[in-house]
Amino acid sequence: MARPVRLWPLIATIGAAIALEIVPLPDVLQGFRPPLPAMVMIYCAMMWPQRFGIGTAFCIGLCLDILHGQLLGQNALALAAVTYVTLRFHLQIRIFPLWQLTVTVFALLAFGAILQFLVEGVAGLAPAGLARWTRVLSGTLFWPLVMGVMDRLRLRVEFRRSSFN
Amino acid sequence: MALTSVEREPGHYRSETSGFRMLLLCLLAIALMVLDHQNQHLIGVRKALSIMLHPVQVVVNAPFNLGRSLAEITESRAGLSSENEQMKQEALVLNARLQRMMALEAENARLRALLDSTVKVGDSILIAEIVSVDMNPYRNMIVINKGGRDGAYVGQAVIDADGIVGQITRDRHFSSEAMLVTDVDHAIPVELARNRLRTIAVGSGELDHLSLPFLPVNADVVDGDLLISSGLGGTFPPGYPVAVIRNIKEVTGQPFLQVVAEPAAALNRIREVLLITPQGGDEFADPASTMDAAGLNEAAPVAAENDAPQEAPPTAEATP
Repeated sequence: MARPVRLWPLIATIGAAIALEIVPLPDVLQGFRPPLPAMVMIYCAMMWPQRFGIGTAFCIGLCLDILHGQLLGQNALALAAVTYVTLRFHLQIRIFPLWQLTVTVFALLAFGAILQFLVEGVAGLAPAGLARWTRVLSGTLFWPLVMGVMDRLRLRVEFRRSSFN
Repeated sequence: MALTSVEREPGHYRSETSGFRMLLLCLLAIALMVLDHQNQHLIGVRKALSIMLHPVQVVVNAPFNLGRSLAEITESRAGLSSENEQMKQEALVLNARLQRMMALEAENARLRALLDSTVKVGDSILIAEIVSVDMNPYRNMIVINKGGRDGAYVGQAVIDADGIVGQITRDRHFSSEAMLVTDVDHAIPVELARNRLRTIAVGSGELDHLSLPFLPVNADVVDGDLLISSGLGGTFPPGYPVAVIRNIKEVTGQPFLQVVAEPAAALNRIREVLLITPQGGDEFADPASTMDAAGLNEAAPVAAENDAPQEAPPTAEATP
């Protein structure tokens, strides 16, 4: 039985994360844009595993592929795989203290980046360069912030107060 | 921990994490990627999805549009009138240059007719604006606000006032994606304006330089040479400025020079671009009427002489 939760705020949050992915930034900062859709997806999969599964992740990934003009399915595959791992370990990850969770998120984001790197290699596309890895780093650094925002949101969208954290 | 015990009830999250579903999704993703990589099979799917995602782009672009129009509204009268003044002068200079161009074009057409070669044709132009969204953090791509609906097509050349910007790689319905000349996947056939030496300019991934890896050590190339599109390959119309050579390095033992060129178009500052469609018509049918419209200003020729070495691109018939 799924925990009762208001879905619309969460869907809006995911939409905002996707929109932030294409908000123009100065060229210097381009490579440091945190991968917010992946981070929000990890959080949602961790907290509401029955609501947000690999199917959701796949759809978000497809949206990113279109918006970025990348190979259709590249982000989808990576994000679905990251979510799959998150779901597998969500009970352990959820009770980690923040620093351990941040390290875990780093590992998850790096896993996604490696998958995309492999896909590019197999498809014979020009590799993305350093930006892919700096984005993983900035995502890790931004995780505590995202976590804080999402935790607040969680208190709002869950009908009963959560006993975690 | 009542909640966890609820979740531990059989069948629920286990089904979410089932390896079988993941396997199916993996296969689906791989199938999509393979089909998309062949480039032809998923155009419909891609278009449908990008139409669905068009609102996201509009929303992201909206504040930037608003800021721009606010800046326009609050522009002071003095600023406007000085800008107007400046534009009038610029128009004067351009008109003067245009007069000379027409004479040259007519001459060119006569000479070509003498040589029995085909007359160079005019290009029609579509003005597009760059949508303020970042496409891909890893590539040099832009989104422009003209799509298949407006007549933009894949492979169409994109230029700005200073030179070639890139080409359209995907047309969505309401907008299209263009690859800049500096993208690592992009190469453009060029020739040196000075001696018509042909070569290829390859993107470097940085917005401010192109590299020319195929110039032999003994090639006649100097700093400051202008590269124009050669028109070979058929994607880009010939004669538009592409880049200016900035740095030539000879590496001992290497058969080729390492040449770096700076794109003529200001790729990181452009806001409006032109989409060129090469046309089959003869542009010499109507220069007389444009000549009248240009108004043969008596004061104009003075200013025109100042920047003579500038390469003038072929005239284009504006059909917005």
